[in-house]
Amino acid sequence: MFRIDFNKLRFLVCDDNPHMRRILRTLLHSFGAREVYESEDGATALEMYTHYVPDIVITDWSMPIFDGLELAQMIRQPDSKGNPFAPIIMLTGHSEKRRVTVARDAGVTEFLAKPISAKGLYQRILNVVANPRPFIRTKTYFGPDRRRNTSNAYIGPERRIGGEVEVLQQPSLLDKARTTV
Amino acid sequence: MAKEKPATLQIETFADHHVITQPNPLRKVLRRVGEKDLDDPIARAEKALAGLAGEFKNWMGIETDRLSAAHAAILRDGFTNSTREELFRAAHDIKGDAATFGYPSAGAAAKSLCRIIEHAPDLDEVPSNLIAHHINAIQAIVRERTKLDTVSMANELSRQLRGVADEYLTRANRDRPEHLEAILAPSIAPRD
Repeated sequence: MFRIDFNKLRFLVCDDNPHMRRILRTLLHSFGAREVYESEDGATALEMYTHYVPDIVITDWSMPIFDGLELAQMIRQPDSKGNPFAPIIMLTGHSEKRRVTVARDAGVTEFLAKPISAKGLYQRILNVVANPRPFIRTKTYFGPDRRRNTSNAYIGPERRIGGEVEVLQQPSLLDKARTTV
Repeated sequence: MAKEKPATLQIETFADHHVITQPNPLRKVLRRVGEKDLDDPIARAEKALAGLAGEFKNWMGIETDRLSAAHAAILRDGFTNSTREELFRAAHDIKGDAATFGYPSAGAAAKSLCRIIEHAPDLDEVPSNLIAHHINAIQAIVRERTKLDTVSMANELSRQLRGVADEYLTRANRDRPEHLEAILAPSIAPRD
């Protein structure tokens, strides 16, 4: 079994809601963290990221000036001033499929849907510390490998260039809705 | 921890992508413990979170007041970009915080309200009382929470609101597949 020495980690918490920042600060301090920096908007978060060089970023999605998604995209710029490889945990009330994939494609490392729990936060932090994923650079993406697991036994469509394509025919949601409405 | 010298990067090049790996920069914060280790950081954090519970009612009141103020602005000025955005942000915050503060049904009602704001083709065409019913429900749930048998009533109220809202949104978006998918598809956000 592994434990994390939270007192050796530096966190940056980004959320415009002061109640949520208080909750995150309480949880991280209870885990043992001693360095927890806070910002209430995307612009301040980026400045603090460059200045304090946190080990882990925990960010909300919706924030003033620019949001958590844009913050992640800026952190992931390969030629940015800060460390583009730092784990980014997005903690948000958004849980729709589209939002999760958009966050993933912006370079977010872990996604945690609110309501927050101590267990959920701890597990996400443990995952980024103990199981870091390699980074992928393409023409349009730079960030953690979006495949959680790679397996030689994988059976399914290959989305990288040169792979075979499997097409599944199924009625669209629009057609389904029209027959039921 | 973050001031250590960056580790050497290894880059593998493929036809359309590069794979970049480095020795785990955070490996030094991991330590192996025995199975009988008594330290439980999660339990410690849950206890600390429970210690904040005395402030949750006040916080919930603040967020509900913000929602009411946002709705009042809409009744006064109608739906503009700023009034719509403020109503959405107030509802969105309640959606994310309410369960943590002990008001899960208020969170569910706020989620339903967020769906209306996000997916209604024209907010001015939304049935006149649908948004007001959501806001009144959230206020009532927060206000009446300490009374007996309110939990099941609050759950039922949120469930019914969600049903009415979803019926409206499905009908209103029958020609907008991207919204329809968002309305009908379940959440895939990883949970605990």
